[in-house]
Amino acid sequence: MSLNIKVNDFVVRFANVNGTGSASANHMFAKSIFRMGIPVTPKNIFPSNIQGLPTWYDVRISEKGYLGRKEGVDLMVCMNPQSMQKDIATVSAGGYFLYDSTKVLHSDYIRKDITYIGIPITDICNKEYSDPRQRQLFKNIIYVGALSTLLDIEFGVLEALVSEQFKGKEKLIAPNINALQLGVKYVQEHYSYPLNIRVERRDLLKDKILLNGNKAAGIGAVYGGATVASWYPITPSTSLVEGYEKYAEKYRVDKETGKKNFAIVQAEDELAALGMAIGANWNGARSFTATSGPGLSLMNEFLGLAYFSEIPVVLVDVQRSGPSTGMPTRTQQSDLLMAAYASHGDTKHVFLIPSTPAECFEMMADTFDLAEELQTPVMLLTDLDLGMNDHISEPLKWNPERQYKRGKVLTAEQLDKLDRFGRYLDSDNDGIPYRTIPGTHPSKGSFFTRGSSHDEYAVYSEDSPTYVRIMDRLLKKFETAKSLVPKPHLYQKENKNKSGLLFFGTTTQSAEEAMDLFKEQGIEFDAIQIKAFPFNETVAEFIEAHETVFVIEQNRDAQMRTLLVNELEVDPKKLKKVLNFDGTPITADFIMNQILTQLPKSYLKNKEAVAV
Amino acid sequence: MTYIKSKFAHPNLPKNKLGYTRKEYEGSLTTLCAGCGHDSIGAAIVEACWEMSIEPHKVAKLSGIGCSSKTPAYFLNNSHGFNSVHGRMPSVATGANLANKDLIYLGVSGDGDSASIGMGQFVHVIRRNLNMTYIVMNNGCYGLTKGQDSATADAGSKSKAGSVNMFEGIDLCGLAIELGATFVAQSFSGDKHQLVPLIQAAISHPGFALINVLSPCVTFNNNVGSTKSYDYVREHVEATGTLDYVPPMTEITTTYTDDETKMVEMHDGSWLRLHKLSQTWNPDDKISAINALQHSHVKNEILTGLLYMNNESKELHSLLNTTDIPLNKLNESVLCPGVEILEKINSEFR
Repeated sequence: MSLNIKVNDFVVRFANVNGTGSASANHMFAKSIFRMGIPVTPKNIFPSNIQGLPTWYDVRISEKGYLGRKEGVDLMVCMNPQSMQKDIATVSAGGYFLYDSTKVLHSDYIRKDITYIGIPITDICNKEYSDPRQRQLFKNIIYVGALSTLLDIEFGVLEALVSEQFKGKEKLIAPNINALQLGVKYVQEHYSYPLNIRVERRDLLKDKILLNGNKAAGIGAVYGGATVASWYPITPSTSLVEGYEKYAEKYRVDKETGKKNFAIVQAEDELAALGMAIGANWNGARSFTATSGPGLSLMNEFLGLAYFSEIPVVLVDVQRSGPSTGMPTRTQQSDLLMAAYASHGDTKHVFLIPSTPAECFEMMADTFDLAEELQTPVMLLTDLDLGMNDHISEPLKWNPERQYKRGKVLTAEQLDKLDRFGRYLDSDNDGIPYRTIPGTHPSKGSFFTRGSSHDEYAVYSEDSPTYVRIMDRLLKKFETAKSLVPKPHLYQKENKNKSGLLFFGTTTQSAEEAMDLFKEQGIEFDAIQIKAFPFNETVAEFIEAHETVFVIEQNRDAQMRTLLVNELEVDPKKLKKVLNFDGTPITADFIMNQILTQLPKSYLKNKEAVAV
Repeated sequence: MTYIKSKFAHPNLPKNKLGYTRKEYEGSLTTLCAGCGHDSIGAAIVEACWEMSIEPHKVAKLSGIGCSSKTPAYFLNNSHGFNSVHGRMPSVATGANLANKDLIYLGVSGDGDSASIGMGQFVHVIRRNLNMTYIVMNNGCYGLTKGQDSATADAGSKSKAGSVNMFEGIDLCGLAIELGATFVAQSFSGDKHQLVPLIQAAISHPGFALINVLSPCVTFNNNVGSTKSYDYVREHVEATGTLDYVPPMTEITTTYTDDETKMVEMHDGSWLRLHKLSQTWNPDDKISAINALQHSHVKNEILTGLLYMNNESKELHSLLNTTDIPLNKLNESVLCPGVEILEKINSEFR
């Protein structure tokens, strides 16, 4: 048994049965650590199932503020007999295994290198409660109480969380606190505490917040001025529209009339969902839809229409593991290629890639500006890990001076001054034409929107030079987009190393951690975080400036690398693949191992490299 | 055939209340086959809108893909048009309508567009009672791809090449009534006197209004043995009654006392004067409408005219309780909750 005491640096995994109410208890556990000012990152690893299958909830506590997933479990809280054998094997040597000791553990389950903490939770519940539902729900609360003593979590913090959770249902507060105390009492009477892994209050989080990306993006849609949301339920994007609805109901209802300044329609499928969003944007209302991979596949047809007829529209793709139904509740970054070139014919689409909830909020609002400025679909590519898991994030920020950028929309007065309105004329030489909203002017500005080939005046045309002109102008517009989309983040003022790391979205947190760990070993990299497609010049310059660039992503086929090669025409040999695609969020250890196996020996020569 | 549309207009052409002649309601030159039923429907739309003195720019005309869906280019040139993708017009119309409740939404579709590839969207736009007029130009075949049977072709109907359709035809009107449509009518492209007031009534109706118009395809489905040919339709048409549209502010001078004639007031102040031919049918009774349709099928008749109407239904905006101001007219001051509220939201997550 190690005598090393680990303060604020360990991983707790909860093994539960899906549908038993464990998620909210586990969330309370994570939040209590957040409230103690310590960086914490919870990740719900759940099955595509309503009730009965195993589910896990990882909580990583990191004083240094590393928020990516980490392999290795220091404390397993196992409440699921189905997965127990596997769960015991997962615990790191020297770790702890907390279980319901109402039934004796089979001798096969005994490992000598871990410490067992048995608490007869079922027994305690059966003695304390007669209602079968309470017997189940309070099991979860009892182990949270036990953990508070074992890990030195301040009991007052938990009490406060319980009071907040049951605000409006005050009757439930006392029984929950009682259940917490049952756990505390059992540990106090039977074990020495705290354990060698424990928490200590810090003030590391300042004004930071803890929320998931879907909710943040939903709030972003409210702030960004979306009035029409059309969607079809699909994991993991559903909670994004629910987030929009919750905050729209709160802040977008007219106080006098009780009428809504927004409309939400649950469509019959993803095709209709995007069709509605396109129809609303065509008619001048900011509108969006949210989906995941299978929905994006269906939306290809409409994306082509919006691209070619130049209608703004916003689409959020909360990516999950494909192909086909894939692993619907597991994460991936595997829709990049489809998003970039969705629909038949020659198309190119704009997308933004947030890496934190604050970026989800900000970029969601930005997508509406960009879509209207560019008159084209703009996508927000997040993923299940960012969308559905809580992350510590900078607070959501809004510039009070901010005005919506509605793009080139002609008013009736402006139309009066025109001899002839041409919907697809490139008057400003930036590839972006002027549009009109239906109903603006009695005799000027009407035009026929169509997905068939058209000339500058929106008239049907199969004339080859006309078609080529329009298609070339769309490319010019895509060039213009490069200067409008969010710029990448460079981690250094000037490049110092031969090798660089390139990453994006939820890969960012683990990549940053890997960089730090490498640095401790004397290995340094330059790095860039990409935030949008199309790539602007900085991305090309970064690749140009390095002999090797490790492209870190969460898919099998190195889709970001393909985009870089295709769009920037860089030498593919320069771009090394670091690919995690097993459905779990990428870890720093994984990144380091993949890089070390590919790093030229010369790179390690002058450094004291240590294998990870 | 000419490829130039004449701009000449006689100075004494009649004008409507807005001072517009029919010219202001016309579209570009049609590219459909000479004699196509669809062009007659387009002409009826022009006539209906002109007579109602609708401001053309307050109309949004939307369609899917197919011969029918080309027609919005051939009427109402001063209206915004949207030729979307195959079978998906209802969703685009839904979004457009949600953005601005103040425009008139006129959807044009075909039998392939509505009864096959777009059946899902057709069904759901009815369920939502979207405030729009939905005209199906129904010819029982796919014209643009050279005459394949569509899902509305009757079983036993013979194609131009002589093959007999094996499958039951879908009755869009019966289906629409079943789904809760609040205005359902059927007509024939060759009967302008019936069609024009039906279009006017549909536009006045506050909710989803379907007009299924039999519109023979002169090129691929006008042969002997087809149940969608001009001759067949003319011989088998049976009207529920006659309908006159009386615009708002018109003095109603005649009072009808007989059982067969009824005056129905619409929400926009217009009136429908309905004269029934059938004793057993009642336009505000769903069951009698379905019965009348089923009886006509048995007798190999094509029942036309108004089939069913429910003027008291709630359309989508009222179901969703959206604001009276069109959503596309709202700006930052209403839409963005602001910095102070964001601080409050942030504190929820601490």
